[in-house]
Amino acid sequence: MLQWFCVSLLNGVSVGLLLFMLSAGLTLIFSMLGVLNFAHASFYMLGAYVGQALAAYGGFWFALICAPLIVGVAGALFERLLLRRVHARGALADMLLTFGAAIVIGEGVKLVWGFGPLPAAVPRVLDGPLFMLYGASFARYRVFMMTVAVVMLGALWLVLRTSKTGLIVRAALTHPATVETLGHDVPRVFTMVFAAGTALAALAGVIGAPLAVIEPAMADAMGPIVFVVVVIGGLGSLGGALVASLLIGCVQTFAVGASATAGGIAASLGVTLPPAWSALTVAQLAPVLPYLLLVAMLAARPRGLFGERTRDA
Amino acid sequence: MLKVFIALIVALALPPLVVDQSWLLAYLAQTATLIVLALSYNLLLGETGLLSFGHAVYSGLGAFAAAHAFARFGVPLPLLPMIGGCAAMLVAVVFGAISTQRAGTSFAMITLGLSELVAACVWLVPGWFGGEGGVTIDRASGPSFFAMTFGPPREAYALIACWCVISAVAMFAFSRTPMCRLANAVRDNPARAAAIGFAPARVRLHVLIVSAFFAGIAGVLALINVELVSSESVGLARSTSALVATVIGGAGTFAGPIVGAVLLTFFSVGLASVSTAWPMYLGLLFMWVVVAAPEGVAGLVRRDARSLCIGMLSAIAWGVAVVVPVEALYAGRTDARAWFIALPCALLGLWLARRTRTAR
Repeated sequence: MLQWFCVSLLNGVSVGLLLFMLSAGLTLIFSMLGVLNFAHASFYMLGAYVGQALAAYGGFWFALICAPLIVGVAGALFERLLLRRVHARGALADMLLTFGAAIVIGEGVKLVWGFGPLPAAVPRVLDGPLFMLYGASFARYRVFMMTVAVVMLGALWLVLRTSKTGLIVRAALTHPATVETLGHDVPRVFTMVFAAGTALAALAGVIGAPLAVIEPAMADAMGPIVFVVVVIGGLGSLGGALVASLLIGCVQTFAVGASATAGGIAASLGVTLPPAWSALTVAQLAPVLPYLLLVAMLAARPRGLFGERTRDA
Repeated sequence: MLKVFIALIVALALPPLVVDQSWLLAYLAQTATLIVLALSYNLLLGETGLLSFGHAVYSGLGAFAAAHAFARFGVPLPLLPMIGGCAAMLVAVVFGAISTQRAGTSFAMITLGLSELVAACVWLVPGWFGGEGGVTIDRASGPSFFAMTFGPPREAYALIACWCVISAVAMFAFSRTPMCRLANAVRDNPARAAAIGFAPARVRLHVLIVSAFFAGIAGVLALINVELVSSESVGLARSTSALVATVIGGAGTFAGPIVGAVLLTFFSVGLASVSTAWPMYLGLLFMWVVVAAPEGVAGLVRRDARSLCIGMLSAIAWGVAVVVPVEALYAGRTDARAWFIALPCALLGLWLARRTRTAR
């Protein structure tokens, strides 16, 4: 029991930290630009594909550095050439444009790399177990993933809180006109933030790819979960995104290993479910749980865990 | 507006009278279904300014309820869309209470979450939703209606076309009611609507319920057409098609979603039989509409002749510039000739697009 708990907890935290790498970029873009980037998971997928192509050319470490840079540049071009043109028309046009970009990136990936899944290789240094925990091994790669996520979080926090660039970015968020008067190019700050957000997504793509296969459906599988994380954490809150990522990661990992049934849980709460539902196990319910959590959160606290004032009525 | 309805009726009624082909009937029935779905979606997007990613939840669950009602209680087939619409309204009352509290970005994300929730639940409960195979009906098994059994595709199509026209007229009538004007007010200035005594969340909920009713009708029309409702009917892809049709056609006009539905069906049926790259073209068209023509394809006719001509030429040049390399890539050829054609076309398109912008 203790073994199962510890292994599930570690796996949950590693999945949660990977989710956080994605949702951090999304939250960053949303809180700075007020744009909900529907193409975020697509940039994640693009990062995985570009990383795979670069890894075949120059190895894993080369891909780890270059793929986020390339995708970041693509994100900057997208913001500069397209998003900026529709941004003045409001949030609806932004969402529609990024949604269209998600379709085009998904199809472009199929066009260039084909429909089939691609394997992602783990470098030899990171292959194999790192330590044993109550008789169960824990993979080195997962530890590497968690380290990168934590380092990234620390770097992000440091840049935003202590550097001059971070100061300008934070000021541009609340007082764009004043910052512009002081001689800073606010639209360029926005482009850089968008590029940084997409680069983080691509980094998550390169790192997360070896946990599964690289396939055109990975954006559709990841996208809704990331949105759930961002809503539960509170739109625009980086700390909320971290807590919600860890929560969702742990909920999913624990649910897969649990053996309770929905009928049993309902009975202990004094509710009877229809027969079609009561036989379901919690493991079967695992893909639904993040969305149930989302609905429960919205019913109880519409602004999310750490959400600030509402932007719209 | 009368012209639009006459055109719709002629377009739905004339082809089956001239050509008697089953594929044509299936194609037109699919178009008619998508027209109803897109029009109902536009009540949210165009009239109330709500971007929803879960519209298929209402059409799909309405269709599931109607399929069970048809199989268990023998409801006459012509009345089945009413059953689906009412069931979808009930679903909207429950889900809308959660989602319509917020507008804008939050609404979009909540509907996305609800849509994924319902899609996952449909897989989980095969007893209700039929699992992988879905729920099938035999449309000829119900009581006959004026000697029509609706077994032959022709009779079923007549029913679908009638319901399509009735729903379109009803939605047009709804768009002229004070309630819809309130929805416009909530879209444009929620704070002011609240200040004069209309709670925005309540108005949004009411519009969502009406929209879900028509979405449920659309779901049942699809059920009558293919005699099957499955997990695909509630999935994100179906919601996406309603969104894409509405935006491409133009959310600002009543006829826009109709045009968009016709275009989208043409893409997904006509173009798909020619090229496997059709979703790419659809996505690019969608992005082009959002960036360059926010009033949609239906709104283009309002522009003056000169900018319309240049815009068309620019679009054709861009189309060639996109189609040639995409088809070359899909065919597996990477020769330079495709790019020699594509690049000049792209430059020409860019130059023409600049001219329209200065002309305006």
